[in-house]
Amino acid sequence: MAISKTTLNIRFGYGIRVDGPNMSSVAGALRGVSVADPLDKRFARPSIIDRIDLYEEMQAARRNERNKVSGADARFKAVRNKMRSWAVEDAQAYFSRAALSEHGFKERMVAFWSDHFTVSGKNQRVTLALGAYTDEAIRANVGGSFADILKAVVTHPGMLLYLDQITSFGPNSAVGQGQNRGLNENLAREVLELHTMGVDGNYTQDDVRQFAELLTGLRVNGKGFYYDKRAAEPGAEQILGKSYGDRNGLKDVMAFLDDLAVHPDTAAHIARKLVVHFISETPPENLVAALTKTYSTSGGELTAIYKTLLEHPASAAPLGAKVKWPTEYVISTLRALGLAEGFAKLSPREVGKALQNPLQAMGMDVSRPAGPDGWSEAAADWITPPTLAARIEWAVEVAKTYGQTIDPRELVIEVLGEGASNELQVAVAGAESKWEGVALLLVSPEFNRR
Amino acid sequence: MENGISRRKLITNSLILGCSAAASPLITPVTLASTPFDARLVVIVLRGAMDGLDVVQPYGDRQLKGLRKSIKAGEAAGAYDLDGFFAMHAALGDLVPLWKAGELGFAHAVSTPYRNKRSHFDGQDFLENGGSASSGNLTSAGDGWLNRMLTQMPGANVTTAFSVGRQRLLMLEGDADTSSWSPDSDMDLSPTAQALLNQLYAKDPLFSESAQVAVDLSAKMDGTMNARQAAKASALAGFAADRLNEDTRIAAFSIGGWDTHRNQNGALPNALEELSSAILTLKKRLGRNWDQTTVLAMTEFGRTVRENGSGGTDHGTGGAMLMAGGAVKGGKVHGQWPGLGELDLYQDRDLEPTADVRSYAAWALRDLFAVNRSALEGLVFPGLDMGSDPRIIR
Repeated sequence: MAISKTTLNIRFGYGIRVDGPNMSSVAGALRGVSVADPLDKRFARPSIIDRIDLYEEMQAARRNERNKVSGADARFKAVRNKMRSWAVEDAQAYFSRAALSEHGFKERMVAFWSDHFTVSGKNQRVTLALGAYTDEAIRANVGGSFADILKAVVTHPGMLLYLDQITSFGPNSAVGQGQNRGLNENLAREVLELHTMGVDGNYTQDDVRQFAELLTGLRVNGKGFYYDKRAAEPGAEQILGKSYGDRNGLKDVMAFLDDLAVHPDTAAHIARKLVVHFISETPPENLVAALTKTYSTSGGELTAIYKTLLEHPASAAPLGAKVKWPTEYVISTLRALGLAEGFAKLSPREVGKALQNPLQAMGMDVSRPAGPDGWSEAAADWITPPTLAARIEWAVEVAKTYGQTIDPRELVIEVLGEGASNELQVAVAGAESKWEGVALLLVSPEFNRR
Repeated sequence: MENGISRRKLITNSLILGCSAAASPLITPVTLASTPFDARLVVIVLRGAMDGLDVVQPYGDRQLKGLRKSIKAGEAAGAYDLDGFFAMHAALGDLVPLWKAGELGFAHAVSTPYRNKRSHFDGQDFLENGGSASSGNLTSAGDGWLNRMLTQMPGANVTTAFSVGRQRLLMLEGDADTSSWSPDSDMDLSPTAQALLNQLYAKDPLFSESAQVAVDLSAKMDGTMNARQAAKASALAGFAADRLNEDTRIAAFSIGGWDTHRNQNGALPNALEELSSAILTLKKRLGRNWDQTTVLAMTEFGRTVRENGSGGTDHGTGGAMLMAGGAVKGGKVHGQWPGLGELDLYQDRDLEPTADVRSYAAWALRDLFAVNRSALEGLVFPGLDMGSDPRIIR
């Protein structure tokens, strides 16, 4: 059975957009991952270097303020406001791209990998880096190999700042000895546990330790990422039974990441995670096996893996095992009601109001997941009494504001296709007004599931 | 992934059993008899691995100084001396009156049976699941120990146990019905809209059960807080106290911020102040019911004995738990101290656990809710040996 257009767009995209092009075939969805994207230019965001500059400017202004330099107070406030508005503009760009794009699958893969390689805005510096991290480490590599994306992530200031790598020094390195600094295991552990082999992977505490030693030397300065030999632990490291890092610096780190990317445990972990994310918490094992096989034979080529995923019969099965994340719920609503362009043109102030509180209430403080394991894949985590109440409250508000002139009976068919149940069609047709019919669609299990 | 199974099981169960909750009308208010117990239990999950050695500092152990350079301990660090050997972190200073009144105690060198992988996420699921496999594998049902305890509690019903906040707690998931709500939630629907919703959710238990609770609770409370305020530990505690002053006897919520890989001196006080304000809010809002209350604060594992290269600590094994409340026999740091010498450490890096953190919880459940020992060791915490009674309840 070939996948239907609505299933393709709902399961692998952000839902049907009523006022713009949607994905019409698996081949088109796959092409969309790699073709030049006109939205790149429209939603280009400041680079990590710009962001590091801005952060340093803020630090300088704060120092001047403390030292009572005249005008420092106003300068500090201006820089701080700029930091805040950048963060809001980042969010607006991210949501707008997903809401406008005809390449929904690409946008969903950006979201998938951003979550897989979670960076949470634990402080101002990391929050400021987030937008660049998403575009530079994730988006730029979404059609490459897993090794590409892994190496881009592990060397991006966003990740290095988030998982404390910038404070890890080889205990026997020049800096370690001189400044009496030592190791921090955080990044090494999460790369093995979350990003590659998985917690059930065949690695030990000793591998974590040795990997942490190998990672010493990855640093961030005013120009972004760099490798500092003086901070790197001298000598070779034994990781997963192989020796790395005798004298080649960054090359040794990359050699290990390349090996790690094609490790059988990594293939199995990534394959399963993809199926759990897109299909079901109880993933069809034949699809997991097919993806693991493609992963291994292609050496982790993402486009080959995507192709196996989208063409597999399990991907064409009826929708509904998963619940949309709050981000997906909001974005698919923008697409379903024709609000994507309008949203993209909102002022930062309006964006903050439109997004932040509702998403938090739905259980997703988007830039601040609780930990490096990212957001839950369990439907039951997203539909709890308080978070379902938040979806309903928000949907009612949106429908009241934008749904007064939409015929909900047609909208149900257009947006859900064959997935629109009789009950929902009857309920919508029986609503007292158009907007109430739209609200019913938006709060329905069919629209909240995928 | 395993806790996903319990959630699924929960949902499929209700499908098989004919959707009892789904079939009942959304707008029926829940009225239920209360349990025969006056005791109250609050369980706080400290997510991120609290450094027990910094919270309850063994400053009387001469090894400590050499292991930690910038993370200081004892009265020199502003800590409050508890018993000449242990001192309580300065950021818990507001709890000193509770300690003096015998309403605050600790257990040290405790852990779950989980060993070696030191994953937060597995460790937390494991702590909440309550099983015994050192690999971190959950019990086959994958449900929570507090939920299993409810099945042993006479008269327990859907309002008996409350999970507070937006985050779901595995600890309270399973066959027994429980409630969950967040202090800032509110849902204002007309009766017509509620009826339509009822119709729409009839075949989807996940949606209908959540919506039913949401409608019931919205009718009772007014959500005037915003999401950020509501996420503060004091807001969660205040909401929990209000429920505990009514029919609820058990409440659980979590406090994050304990993963202090760097600059622990700067980071840990924030988390401790949240914990302290939660406990003091509970005491204040519970009024006379505080006398019947036990608060247990538990974390997934401890942190490395040695400071790391960033003024922080990495994932470890043995740690500390906190107990507070008018029902608690406090003023004591329980446990057997393993020592901090090189040969004393677990895998030459962590505090060696000398007791199972579940045994303290088990003894508390026995004293508070009269759950018998065989149920505690067989069902609530399968595979646990409770050992001798540490007498933590008055």
